[in-house]
Amino acid sequence: MKRKKNTHPHLRQLKTALPFLAPSLAGLSVFVLIPFWDTVRRSFCNAMGNRWVGLTNYRQVVGNSAFQLAARNTAKFLCVCLPLLLGLSLVLALMVRAQKNKGGVFQSTFLLPMAVPVSAIVLLWKVLFSDSGLVNGVIVRLGGEPVSFLGTNAAFWVLVVTYLWKNAGYDMILWLAGLDDISKDLYEAAAADGAGTFQQFRYVTLPELRPMAGVVGLLSLLNSFKVFREAYLVAGNYPHESMYLLQHLFNNWFLDLDMGRLTAAACLMVLALLAVIGLGRRYWRLDGA
Amino acid sequence: MKQVKRAALYAGLLALALLIWWPLWFIVMGIFLPADELSALLGPVFGEGEGYARWFLLPNCPTLSSLAELLLDTPEFFAVFWNSCKQAFPQALGQLAVGAPAAWAFAKLRFPGRRALFGVYVVLMLLPFQVTMVPSYLVLNRLHLMDTIWAVILPGIFSTYPVFILTRGFEAIPKSVIEAAELDGAGQFTIFFRLGLPMNLPGLISAFVLGFLDAWGAVEQPMTFLESAENWPLTLYLPQVVMDNLGLSMAASFIALLPALLIFLFGQRYLEQGILQGAVKE
Repeated sequence: MKRKKNTHPHLRQLKTALPFLAPSLAGLSVFVLIPFWDTVRRSFCNAMGNRWVGLTNYRQVVGNSAFQLAARNTAKFLCVCLPLLLGLSLVLALMVRAQKNKGGVFQSTFLLPMAVPVSAIVLLWKVLFSDSGLVNGVIVRLGGEPVSFLGTNAAFWVLVVTYLWKNAGYDMILWLAGLDDISKDLYEAAAADGAGTFQQFRYVTLPELRPMAGVVGLLSLLNSFKVFREAYLVAGNYPHESMYLLQHLFNNWFLDLDMGRLTAAACLMVLALLAVIGLGRRYWRLDGA
Repeated sequence: MKQVKRAALYAGLLALALLIWWPLWFIVMGIFLPADELSALLGPVFGEGEGYARWFLLPNCPTLSSLAELLLDTPEFFAVFWNSCKQAFPQALGQLAVGAPAAWAFAKLRFPGRRALFGVYVVLMLLPFQVTMVPSYLVLNRLHLMDTIWAVILPGIFSTYPVFILTRGFEAIPKSVIEAAELDGAGQFTIFFRLGLPMNLPGLISAFVLGFLDAWGAVEQPMTFLESAENWPLTLYLPQVVMDNLGLSMAASFIALLPALLIFLFGQRYLEQGILQGAVKE
């Protein structure tokens, strides 16, 4: 009798919830969850996926020179871009907020690049950054030396600028929400203590923004994988060495159908990301309640 | 002093905004330029003529002939544009069809394992495409869906990001409203369709806008899963094919931008809301 009482409500709950969840769960299982186990298994097998080879694939991935180059570039890109992105978008948010009623126009403006697909600006980027492009035209007219933007290390910086151009608005929206959450009382109290604008920023705004900074940083890190779109826009399939990213590497291994390395690299990436997500976990409510 | 500071701030904002307005103006103005003017200005970039490319704020004698030529005489382009539509709209709408019920279950129903399952959804939302592409490929290959547009659409539909946004929206519906409906004898499906969906319309729109913009700009998925050029969307076609005619390329850029821009202008408010719902914890 007692047992029945315990299981019955759970079963009933499941029966109610299952029809709602079923399409999503079925799709996820078929396209991600079940094949993911296959991916893990294959990472320990030979290329055909039929013989156990232990950690060989992992050793090959880590020892691969292309992997090392791509990992170094990706790390460098993240170290350069994330601080720049967080800083720039915070400055944008502060500037937009200071405009009060006229800020709305600028807010929309800075968000706009999010809607601009790579395909629409690929021609423009060519016109801007090629050897005899508009940017070099301006540089020469100002008396400088023309730069080969896409054939040298400068390609890396074109990528950085493009990335900032495209993503600063997204982070700005998050910062604006964070700034809205800071209570006015804190500023009034600081002003009463004689704190100037800068001191208010240093001792009120920055500390109060810290939780939001975690969210913005984490989302930016995860969004940064989409920079492949911009890299592809700037340089196509075979970019300059300085912007050969992990995403390019995955792509090339995929074209070779090098399943051993590909699956091992994917597993390594999941492990790295799980570590990051684990660190950032307190910023999300994982329970949905 | 204060006015000077404000003016300087405004000037700074304007300068930054110009970095966004100018490229868009370039694309818009491009469709009005006649072909000869275009090649005179941009010729150096494409190996015709000496010196550096130039650009002006306004065309000398505006025309729409390139746009007309693209839309009327270039069936090839039309096919690519249609490919983009066929991949982006079903993906964004499918995400809602699959995601909304799941989000409802997470937000308003109680069942064992709910928290753990939602945790799995969040982790999946955070994984980049480069990680999920291998598992997806293994399945798509086995189902013989590789190199069909379904290879792009189907994995896209089951993205968990919309579920996350929609869950937030459904949670905001007060319990009392639902309890009142339950007292009236409404079943869960009725409550979901009659109450949940209409009350979470902003959430649905923001998930749609974000999903559409992402799908319309997608490069990785079509590049990985679509081999034959006949299935390529604009994002793959335009960077690869330098059209023999600059005017056509300009017009094509504009057409590639148009749907995304319209959806952005229509749903901007919801877009911002969606961004926030994907992040704020509280």
